[in-house]
Amino acid sequence: MAAHAGGLTATRAVRVQGLARAFGTRTVLNGLDLEIRAGEFVALLGRSGSGKSTLLRALAGLDRGVSGAGLVDVPENSSVVFQDARLLPWQRVLDNVVLGMSGSDADARGRAALAEVGLAGRERAWPSELSGGEQQRVALARALVSEPHLLLADEPFGALDALTRLRMHELLRELCDRHHPAVLLVTHDVDEAVTLADRVVLLDDGRVAVDLAIDLPNPRSHRQPQFLAYRESLLRSLGVTPTEG
Amino acid sequence: MTASVLVRPRTKADAAPARKARRRLGPGRPLRFGAAVGPLVLLALWSIGSAAGWLDSRTLSAPWTVVTTARNLIAEGRLQDNLIVSAQRAGLGLLLGVLVGTMVALVSGLSRWGEAILDGPIQIKRAVPSVALIPLLILWLGIGEEMKVITIALGVFVPVYIHTHNGLRTIDSRYVELGEALRLRPAVFLRRIVLPGALPGFLLGLRFAVVAAWLSLVVVEQINSTSGIGYMMELARQYGQTDVIIVGLVLYGLLGLLSDGAVRFVQRRALSWRRTLAD
Repeated sequence: MAAHAGGLTATRAVRVQGLARAFGTRTVLNGLDLEIRAGEFVALLGRSGSGKSTLLRALAGLDRGVSGAGLVDVPENSSVVFQDARLLPWQRVLDNVVLGMSGSDADARGRAALAEVGLAGRERAWPSELSGGEQQRVALARALVSEPHLLLADEPFGALDALTRLRMHELLRELCDRHHPAVLLVTHDVDEAVTLADRVVLLDDGRVAVDLAIDLPNPRSHRQPQFLAYRESLLRSLGVTPTEG
Repeated sequence: MTASVLVRPRTKADAAPARKARRRLGPGRPLRFGAAVGPLVLLALWSIGSAAGWLDSRTLSAPWTVVTTARNLIAEGRLQDNLIVSAQRAGLGLLLGVLVGTMVALVSGLSRWGEAILDGPIQIKRAVPSVALIPLLILWLGIGEEMKVITIALGVFVPVYIHTHNGLRTIDSRYVELGEALRLRPAVFLRRIVLPGALPGFLLGLRFAVVAAWLSLVVVEQINSTSGIGYMMELARQYGQTDVIIVGLVLYGLLGLLSDGAVRFVQRRALSWRRTLAD
């Protein structure tokens, strides 16, 4: 990824050691270790119920009241993108983007962030006036306006239609190349993971089962033979036998 | 409005099946001056009844008699003086009740301890009509203005509390989580998420509160009062002046209608982000 050029390769953004989380008697994460370098884009795959979201919420510090143990070391400045855009319906788009920001340049930075996601001119719109894809773009702008060192995204494109999702992939890739946050993207879509990530981590049984570096040039295409090889190997690890085509 | 509802099923049966219009489930576009229709119909019936002689003037004075009486009362200055006194009482009680109700709702809605301490007594108070507290309030505060304002405030405070508290508690937990994810300071969380989220509830409570204020006003002004619209009406009762009583009633009605309209206006402006069934 472009972050390698910054000379920050050695810097670690995230360190998780021996993370355990349980809901009642059901153990979801069981001694999980994970590291993410600064600027590295990691996609987190796993079957439904494998603890993807639990891990993300642990990193985001949103799992108060969940019993568990382990060490979680994340940058102070991190942002979360949820599956739903989660915009405050009673605040206009720009106010949603700069929510929680202080300083006199907050508005200007919010406008710049909106322009970056292609929504310049919609600052005064209500969230309900935007399409689902546009709302999710506002959420991205809100997440990136504070220049986070870590971006946590919980299936952010899961609710979007296929075309919009492809466009969002491009946008996310662009934004990450520009801002270099470390990214943890939770997804159930193997193609999405291979398209976007520098590394794909697959959870199974509460631990990291596969940790696969994706060594493909950008932009990536589903037609590249290596792409298909990565895809097939990941699908097999997920217990799916890939069919031809 | 009624006509279209009644006619539609009939046309459905006649029309060619291919061109059947899809039935509209929402109430349709808002009518212009829709809120005025009902009162105007009522006024028309009253006028017709009086003109035709169906209504005895001792039972219900004619609208035009009421207008003349109102004009006389204004010329004497009695109407304005009493109205100002009444409006002051209601306004003061409303202000006090709304402030206390909102504060208590915030404390009780945002903290478990606050709720544990405050919610129970308020639910008990809610079961006791504030009018029933008047004897006790008279013993405590006398029959002066304090008693009147406090009685009104007590009637106002309950609906404001109930609806604001409910509004607070029904704020989507996803927004709370968003606030945590963005590490919002408590003051920003309160201003950007809690207060706007509870605003629809608060405004609904305010609509009830405004009506409750006038209601309590009527009661307190007919007890040991020497001023106000209620006193004017009570005096008129002793002299058998139906027209003055009706002037008072119309005034109460107008005040209630106007203040409710004002709250609804604020509601529309403040909640313009909402898309609802009524849009």
